[in-house]
Amino acid sequence: MKKILNSLAAIGFLFAGTAGAALAQEENHAAEPTHFPIHAPKEMDWTFAGPFGNYDKAQLQRGLKIYKEVCSACHSMNLVAFRTLEDLGYSEAQVKAFAAEYEVQDGPNADGEMFTRKALPGDHFPSPFPNAVAAAAANNGAAPPDFSLIAKARGVTRGFPTFVYDIFTQYAEGGPDYIHALLTGYDEQPPAGMEVAEGTHYNPYFIAGKSLAMAKPISDGQVTYEDGSPETVDQYSRDISAFLMWAAEPHLATRKQTGFAVMIFLVLFAGLVYATKRKVWANAH
Amino acid sequence: MSGGHSTYSPKTGIGRWIDARMPLPRLVHDSFVSYPVPRNLNYAYTFGGILSIMLVAQILTGVVLAMHYANDTTLAFQSVEKIMRDVNSGWLLRYMHSNGASFFFIAVYIHIMRGLYYGSYKAPRELLWILGCIIYLLMMATGFMGYVLPWGQMSFWGATVITGFFTAIPLVGEWVQQLLLGGFAVDNPTLNRFFALHYLLPFMIAGVVILHVWALHVVGQTNPTGIEVKSKTDTVAFTPYATIKDGFAMVVFLAVFAYFIFYIPNYLGHPDNYIQADSLKTPAHIVPEWYYLPFYAILRAITFNIGPIDSKLGGVLAMFGSIAVLFVVPWLDTSKVRSAVYRPWYKLFFWLFVINAIFLGWLGSKPAEGLYIPLMQISTLYYFAFFLIIMPVLGLIETPRRLPNSITEAVLEKNKGGSAHPAGATAAPETRG
Repeated sequence: MKKILNSLAAIGFLFAGTAGAALAQEENHAAEPTHFPIHAPKEMDWTFAGPFGNYDKAQLQRGLKIYKEVCSACHSMNLVAFRTLEDLGYSEAQVKAFAAEYEVQDGPNADGEMFTRKALPGDHFPSPFPNAVAAAAANNGAAPPDFSLIAKARGVTRGFPTFVYDIFTQYAEGGPDYIHALLTGYDEQPPAGMEVAEGTHYNPYFIAGKSLAMAKPISDGQVTYEDGSPETVDQYSRDISAFLMWAAEPHLATRKQTGFAVMIFLVLFAGLVYATKRKVWANAH
Repeated sequence: MSGGHSTYSPKTGIGRWIDARMPLPRLVHDSFVSYPVPRNLNYAYTFGGILSIMLVAQILTGVVLAMHYANDTTLAFQSVEKIMRDVNSGWLLRYMHSNGASFFFIAVYIHIMRGLYYGSYKAPRELLWILGCIIYLLMMATGFMGYVLPWGQMSFWGATVITGFFTAIPLVGEWVQQLLLGGFAVDNPTLNRFFALHYLLPFMIAGVVILHVWALHVVGQTNPTGIEVKSKTDTVAFTPYATIKDGFAMVVFLAVFAYFIFYIPNYLGHPDNYIQADSLKTPAHIVPEWYYLPFYAILRAITFNIGPIDSKLGGVLAMFGSIAVLFVVPWLDTSKVRSAVYRPWYKLFFWLFVINAIFLGWLGSKPAEGLYIPLMQISTLYYFAFFLIIMPVLGLIETPRRLPNSITEAVLEKNKGGSAHPAGATAAPETRG
């Protein structure tokens, strides 16, 4: 029995040793990085984080402005309907007017012809390109991804033990953190000796490589804010990230509010059931 | 379903009329009211009940989701997003269902571990255990096919990788794979048949659950001492004692479940599944859902050929073997003592097994490269050694601790030896003679 225990302990040590070595190897970035992103995104403060989080409507409106004036030139957002923009604090009439600035294809009409008309609140954001092939052809072969779900479709692996803490801190903002980091990361220069492929742009926060096809999309002062918010890349990046989080998860606030009521109920109910259980078991036999 | 004599006596005329013709109320009474359970069951024994409500919750949310889901590769992804955005409380149904699958597996893993710890598989409960293994297999198939339905990147590529396993089988492999896919690659026929099967299998699970509960009610529950019930003082009635205890555990479990649904609903998912499936873009790391990760690590641990078996077939055999071995556990354990409470060495190896299984899960999420490979191999080795070497050998050489004569004696002894109850606390029922 003792022998078994000794060999077991030996295996245990071997385990711990190799695991440590594996982790050390993972940390070791050579001049040519093999793990991406090169830098983990910085965690930002978001109004929609945490158990009572909610979107800041002014921020979402600024984000929409950026999407409309900058991103929508290349990126579609085809799961989002204009009518949902009322969530951003706009009136029905404002949404109608906003939609009317876009043209969508409809038809066929009575003559069998397709035609374009002004978009209605029930329509979705139209795509900037007729199809994915056209989008790729116009962008150096890399079709710009749709933005409807991008804030939930990107997330840098958190690693052990951070992913355990994330359960308790309710960290669910990996997407917006990533978008913010990517948009503010273009100004960093590649280290000396690093090869950056032609037609791509170095960004140490890019999730899938050292550089990406998209050039720096936005610069200081490019979009005019009417509410006096700073017109900086950092602020723009925060606003578009928040807006994209809303686009991906429009019912986030309802979810968290419902959740609070459900948690209160379940905790109180658990207390009552436990008290009943004590009472019932006290009478056993 | 109960083995003993029925104590049901209908009080009303209608009750007697029904009882004489189709005694369903009697069956329910005997199974869930008067059914005797050991008095010393702890909270580890509440997961059977928790699993039943999880199955019901999954079926109910699933049926409603199916009313809104479009089973077509061009529409599936958008229809799921329509549920998330436009269907009333659709986001809630969908998050309940996707997180529900994970919590179903959390509960079943605790349930299986409880069985392994207290020796619940030993005679006369072998069939009960095997029926449980069948349920687990059906759950895995259901979970896998359900993950394909949203038609995200991980859905598509997960399905491609997992159905690809079957090509490793000699002679019939390719035929089996094409039968599963309905073609040569994952496509619309695959999605159609997966949806049909995803809707069918939960009802098959429900059927096997009935057999599982039936078998349980014939042989009776085990208990932490592993000693069979000997007298009436060893048991309490299912209702109210077990019902209220199970009820409390269920509410606590639901609270944890709700925390995930409402605050971190995508924590257990993969971001790539919010990208629509694209057969031309392979994700950097294809990983299955978390609950398959230990098996995924075992699959990839076999990087070498064994005689005529190449590494691919070897990996597939090891992976299926890791589940198949569960079916023969009742005959691998040679110990005469059931419960790990009285088996100090088994207890140690059991907990190492649990830690090893979690470690395998972590390895499953890592790429098969560098030092992860030998770690996967060592971990896989321990996984199989636990069942194939430790279980049979330990039963023969281990000296178990002295067993109490009865459940009642064990309960009284524990109270005497254990830390004193706080003054004024309700006397624990277990202590009353």
